[in-house]
Amino acid sequence: MNVIYILWLRQLKRSARARARIIASFGQPLLFLLAFGFGFGNMFQRAGQGNYIQFLSPGVMTMSILFTSIFSGIEVIWDRQFGFLKETLVAPVPRILIMIGRTLGGATVAVLQGVAVFFICLAVGFRVPSLAMLPLGFLFMMLTALLFTAVGTALGCLLPDFQGFQLVMNFLVMPIFFLSGALFPLKNVPRALSIVASLDPLSYSVDGLRYALVGGTTFGVIADLEILAVVTAVVLFLGGYVFSKIQI
Amino acid sequence: MIRAHGLVKKFGDFTAVDNIAFDVAKGEIFAFLGPNGAGKTTTIKMLTTLLTPTSGNVELDGLDPVTHQTAARQQFGIVFQDPSVDDELTAYENMDFHGVLYSVPRTVRKERIERLLKLFELWERRKDQLKQFSGGMRRRLEIARSLLHTPKIIFLDEPTLGLDPQTRNQLWTHVKKLNEDEQVTVFLTTHYMEEAERIAHRIAIIDHGKIIAQGTPDELKQQTSTTSLEEAFLALTGNTIREEEASSVDQLRKMGRAFGPKRQR
Repeated sequence: MNVIYILWLRQLKRSARARARIIASFGQPLLFLLAFGFGFGNMFQRAGQGNYIQFLSPGVMTMSILFTSIFSGIEVIWDRQFGFLKETLVAPVPRILIMIGRTLGGATVAVLQGVAVFFICLAVGFRVPSLAMLPLGFLFMMLTALLFTAVGTALGCLLPDFQGFQLVMNFLVMPIFFLSGALFPLKNVPRALSIVASLDPLSYSVDGLRYALVGGTTFGVIADLEILAVVTAVVLFLGGYVFSKIQI
Repeated sequence: MIRAHGLVKKFGDFTAVDNIAFDVAKGEIFAFLGPNGAGKTTTIKMLTTLLTPTSGNVELDGLDPVTHQTAARQQFGIVFQDPSVDDELTAYENMDFHGVLYSVPRTVRKERIERLLKLFELWERRKDQLKQFSGGMRRRLEIARSLLHTPKIIFLDEPTLGLDPQTRNQLWTHVKKLNEDEQVTVFLTTHYMEEAERIAHRIAIIDHGKIIAQGTPDELKQQTSTTSLEEAFLALTGNTIREEEASSVDQLRKMGRAFGPKRQR
């Protein structure tokens, strides 16, 4: 238990001390809100879909959770060389505890980031109709953070260095984001796109968070929760497995 | 205390460590020397549970690191060839983290951290982040850290690489003192022959994965009829320079040096 706690604490301390990264991490969501939100807002409204900021905000929150999670997971690569991984790998502690501590730490940072972006959205004009649904939204944020931190950790264990990182960003993280329905409604899209979106776990995050914060759902909120929970469990298991197999 | 028998490690077709055997007694300082790529670090990794041997076996205080991984890990402290501290954490936090990982009880932990940081002259800087530390200070912290859980054995993999003579001297003085006061068994590698000659009780020389000579510094000199360990070493391993291919890890480290925070190593 202590081991999980100290690893969790370490992830938090590291993030809190990386000030440049904290500032940078707010730039992207703000840009999306301003450029997309106000750029497409008019069109969206005229197409009869309502207020675009209301639609887009949960998508942008999910996006920042996705990016932060993947980054903190993939930090394993960095640790493998500059630090610390060896120190933790020779410690008389089961590796699965180390993986769990790291993942919880990374996920906590990502949820905090998501909450911060929530407030940025409020500042840009986003409004929540029902405060009673906020805890459900928080639950979706946590599941999303946990899932993608575990994805990041697993990738970090498999990639030998940062060369592969661009590949992951362009062929995995970006598609996960753009095809998830974060930016546009998944109703009435071409069938191919709708199939791809339904295979993308982030679609369920976006759908669930949007349901909790503004109402309306594509897949149904129970399905969102179930699918996310199952996928998260599977990825955590796989991540734990590859982490325990690291040799350096 | 440390025993290796018929130890082999293969990476694909390449045999990095080829059927080596040695025995290090309790309280002994044992130097493991060899040219680049001879198999020193691979051996240390097998001794410290980071790699599993292809065949052969290892015992640390009677425990097999393959079958009793956790118990074996509790027996040793290690200073790796390259840094293994967290730059973003302070000196004290790095120590505390280690103490928690090795389940050193809180009160003992506090007391030992203070004692070790004072011993290695780092107590005044305990609240500074490691990125502000010089190479020598990092090394001292890593050695202090490796001793926090009172291990019976410490492994030092080229601990003095890139340090100035003053720091090296001080570091070995500490190691020697620890060995004498607390009977810690020391297993070290280094490229500085005069260091090994001065500090080691016994030496093994490894080349191309095989141990080619073993004995006290005097025995090795006699065996090769030379006057210094450096000459004995060259007589045994020849004068050819070993080329080691840079792994992606080394390349990454270079990149980190170019872009990362300035450090003195």
